[in-house]
Amino acid sequence: MNGRLETTFEGLRKKRQKALITYLMAGDPGLAETEQLVLALEQAGADIIELGVPFSDPIADGPVIQQAAERALRNGTSLRQILASVTSLRQRTNIPIILMLYYNSIHAMGCEEFCNAAKAAGVDGLIVPDMPPDEAGPLKVPADAVGLSLIFLLAPTSTTDRRKLVARESHGFVYYVSLTGITGAKINNVEDIQNNIGKLRKVSAAPVAVGFGVATPEDAAQVSKMADGVIVGSAIVKRIASHQQDPAMIGHVAEFVRSLKAAMAPI
Amino acid sequence: MPMLPDSRGRFGSYGGRYVPETLMPALLELEEEYAKAKRDRRFQTDLAYYLKQYVGRPTSLYRADRLTKKLGGAKIYLKREDLCHTGAHKINNAIGQVLLALRMKKGRIIAETGAGQHGVATATAAAMFGLQCEIYMGTEDMQRQALNVFRMRLLGATVTGVDAGSRTLKDAISEAMRDWTTNVRTTHYVLGSVLGAHPYPMMIRDFQAIIGREARKQILSAEKRLPDYLVACVGGGSNSIGLFHAFLRDPKVKMIGVEAGGLGIESGKHAARFSGGKPGVLQGTMTYLLQDENGQINLTHSVSAGLDYAAVGPEHSLYHDQGRIEYTYATDSEALTAFDLLAHEEGIVPALESAHAIAQVVKLAPKLKKSQLIIANLSGRGDKDVQQVARMRGVSL
Repeated sequence: MNGRLETTFEGLRKKRQKALITYLMAGDPGLAETEQLVLALEQAGADIIELGVPFSDPIADGPVIQQAAERALRNGTSLRQILASVTSLRQRTNIPIILMLYYNSIHAMGCEEFCNAAKAAGVDGLIVPDMPPDEAGPLKVPADAVGLSLIFLLAPTSTTDRRKLVARESHGFVYYVSLTGITGAKINNVEDIQNNIGKLRKVSAAPVAVGFGVATPEDAAQVSKMADGVIVGSAIVKRIASHQQDPAMIGHVAEFVRSLKAAMAPI
Repeated sequence: MPMLPDSRGRFGSYGGRYVPETLMPALLELEEEYAKAKRDRRFQTDLAYYLKQYVGRPTSLYRADRLTKKLGGAKIYLKREDLCHTGAHKINNAIGQVLLALRMKKGRIIAETGAGQHGVATATAAAMFGLQCEIYMGTEDMQRQALNVFRMRLLGATVTGVDAGSRTLKDAISEAMRDWTTNVRTTHYVLGSVLGAHPYPMMIRDFQAIIGREARKQILSAEKRLPDYLVACVGGGSNSIGLFHAFLRDPKVKMIGVEAGGLGIESGKHAARFSGGKPGVLQGTMTYLLQDENGQINLTHSVSAGLDYAAVGPEHSLYHDQGRIEYTYATDSEALTAFDLLAHEEGIVPALESAHAIAQVVKLAPKLKKSQLIIANLSGRGDKDVQQVARMRGVSL
């Protein structure tokens, strides 16, 4: 498979740069703003966009993203509308777009219909935080058929067997969860991250991106020394939350993303 | 009948393990440790000791003569789980899981609670074994079950209110799962019903199956035959599967699970998953859920906090599809009528959850012959609900 994700990681590698992956909750504050944010973040240095699909019961997320999901749902944001937004974005940008969504959102549409619709819209990959590789069967077949990358999470608690399983099943990149916890918690043990990425590299040639807890340019700088990609979610969503009615919201967020990218200077 | 669930935690197409990767190693460890404990005579001896001497098992199978006479049909027996220490069947599972936590050397226990019965049971077991204990409870439930909140605190547990979503059981489970994800190395999550990811639905069923094993023996001794009907309320479904499990291979024994009909199915304000739901994934398991067309989980309603939940245990979903168990519902007002009836006729104030089972007995018994037998599971006592019922009736205490 040589899609946008692979091309992006390959291009960055040649420039000795790391990927900045920025998370947005689709529909917070509204889908029109989400579309503008995607374009502004790309301008500000984001390499990959992760779009959260709001779910009523997000067990892997902390309060910041949970509340963003509640706001998006109150606006009536649905998966179909988000896919329409991606379709519209594809007229304007070629940046890789990954959806992060809970399995029930996919199941409600049906795995096959969902994969076809996501691919047609221009989605490149999927992160399903409550679907470990063990349960991925029904999604894997239609995702592989249309060329959507399934990206699995690896955790600090993962054993050798699970590390091998996640490495084997992940396409595009492996998402290393920096801490035992939920999104938006504080990053704690940098040595531990380094250690686990080292072990992962032994069983996988895929790029590794680190997320959960990366909140500041300093965190991004530190993590970019070890990983191929840095994922920032809650820290961005928090800025959107505190500027909900502010016309300068997009500028604020873009400024923050620029500072993250600047901190991840080439080695 | 094959052994259920299969090795992947599936009851037919239901069940499984839909959790963040961080929890997968803990679930695999729990599955392995539970399998060892199940074969370990020492563990089984300890469990049996505490169930007998601490919980007060076996609970009695009581022949409810006045209720039988009043309804004028089948002979009614009540399985008296309300007589367990702490007042409900929940302690059967809490003791089992806390013993497991000790085996796994986890010094901290967390749990979710809806009506507060599972929280009280877990806080009790944690106190008895000297473990640190934190209970998550929706703030809406804390209000309607204030007495149980105080009881848990008396027992030394920390009760943490959850102010998200519907502020009920579902949100308490999500919060407990987040805590477990964060503290998984030191903490065991004592889930309270046959819900969540494998091995929970299997393990909790096994810990509750003692209800049915006792009832089967007791009815054979009292009546020299098996019952015609078993009736139990179904929230997550642990007291019902606990009663039903020992009878699943007796094809002549009919089983009825009673869900919360709330204000009626048409109102949309209920928790009758088999009347208004369809399969999906919530909080670790594939099962029937109340959800909208986009897969968002619906808010539920029931007068009883313990039945007020959008999903049902995955094993129930299989038996529903197979037709082995019939699922129906009782509304809030039917449950409240049954609550009064049992108090007046038998001198037993049932939990509002269990009152849903009694409401079904009220509908069923008159249609049956006097020679027929019903066992209803009186899963808990109503002390915790007295304040709420008084408030609803405008009585200030």
